[in-house]
Amino acid sequence: MSLEKPYLDVPGTIIFDAEQSRKGYWLNQFCMSLMKADNRERFKADERAYLDEWTMTEEQKQAVLARDLNWCMRTGGNIYFLAKIGATDGKSFQQMAGSMTGMTEDEYRAMMVAGGRSIQGNRYLGEDGDAQPQHQPQGAAGQKKGA
Amino acid sequence: MARITASVYTSHVPAIGAALDLGKTQEAYWQPVFKGYEYSKQWMKDNKPDVVFLVYNDHATAFSLEMIPTFAIGTAAKFQPADEGWGPRPVPTVIGHPDLASHIAQSVIQQDFDLTIVNRMDVDHGLTVPLSLMCGELDPKKDAWPCPVIPFAVNVVQYPVPSGRRCFMLGQAIRKAVESYDDNLNVHIWGTGGMSHQLQGARAGLINREWDNAWLDQMIADPVGCAATPHIDYVREAGSEGIELVMWLIARGAMSDVVDGKVQGPAPKVRHRFYHVPASNTAVGHLILENA
Repeated sequence: MSLEKPYLDVPGTIIFDAEQSRKGYWLNQFCMSLMKADNRERFKADERAYLDEWTMTEEQKQAVLARDLNWCMRTGGNIYFLAKIGATDGKSFQQMAGSMTGMTEDEYRAMMVAGGRSIQGNRYLGEDGDAQPQHQPQGAAGQKKGA
Repeated sequence: MARITASVYTSHVPAIGAALDLGKTQEAYWQPVFKGYEYSKQWMKDNKPDVVFLVYNDHATAFSLEMIPTFAIGTAAKFQPADEGWGPRPVPTVIGHPDLASHIAQSVIQQDFDLTIVNRMDVDHGLTVPLSLMCGELDPKKDAWPCPVIPFAVNVVQYPVPSGRRCFMLGQAIRKAVESYDDNLNVHIWGTGGMSHQLQGARAGLINREWDNAWLDQMIADPVGCAATPHIDYVREAGSEGIELVMWLIARGAMSDVVDGKVQGPAPKVRHRFYHVPASNTAVGHLILENA
């Protein structure tokens, strides 16, 4: 019998379940190490060398180096752990969350001030809301792509 | 004997802590958020508890992936504000209540809830932001929080988190535990986190004002029905991080109208209700209930 995972049809969302957690164990533990100031300094001085101290997959290391949080999440990262990379880079939670949408920082902030992302069309994969795969990236980046 | 007299519910957005700590509360963006807590700060002064039992979640701060307790009660004498990567928040040390906390731990475990007991733990924004919102800005050295606090951490980071129903039942067990404590203490129970928000993926920034308010209405008036809300509804309707709302049901379950899993007593009085979008990525919800 397989586990019940009713959340797989939510668009633009990866649920950090036991399977993702197992996959991302070392990636997330690496992130955790950045809570110590000494480690943040060592990481900033030579990111690749610091990452090589961890039993992470090469893909996880590449995702961190690229600061591609969506990629990090696919390889088992969790946003509360990945936030430690953002803190090391001096980024706010809003900047980090926004970076995953393709929107610029200003575009994302404006969306939030206007009441946030609408739920309409964003409940199930296959609908037509702005978080659906066919509408990525969002914001001006997406319009450029469509032009 | 000790009694739970009131419950407080609030979001615990980290950016609210940053706004307080960096002196931004008067900025146009933040003013409406803090205005929503003016009543609450006065209410705290007028109804000062002897102890706050504070339900929150740790955000990969005290608990990494090495250990993931579903329910953890802090029994230490004090808890330091954590360095979450931006430096510790400049707020007073949190003083615990080891005696009541260990009493609750023993009683609740005897009622079949297998708590993890934590004697050493730093506390992150999940705990300190609600305290700041309810108690106002305090000097980390010269001032102190108005009373001891018992931290109660719930896993809402790794799925599956405890169900709303389980949280609601746990609240009832906590009330029984408090009422079996001999000292005459006035205890408040706080449920924190939420409301709708999603911090990840292409759906980041999701807010569902209608769902949040319907959920709040139901939590107040029909907590048994509200506790039956399945996980997937929170994820789909309120965002992947909106699932933090299950923690509010622990506080709601501890109110005196709930007896043996049913609403049997007089409804609690709604002292204050507030809702605002946005604080950073999140819909801010806040509620104060007093036992009738």
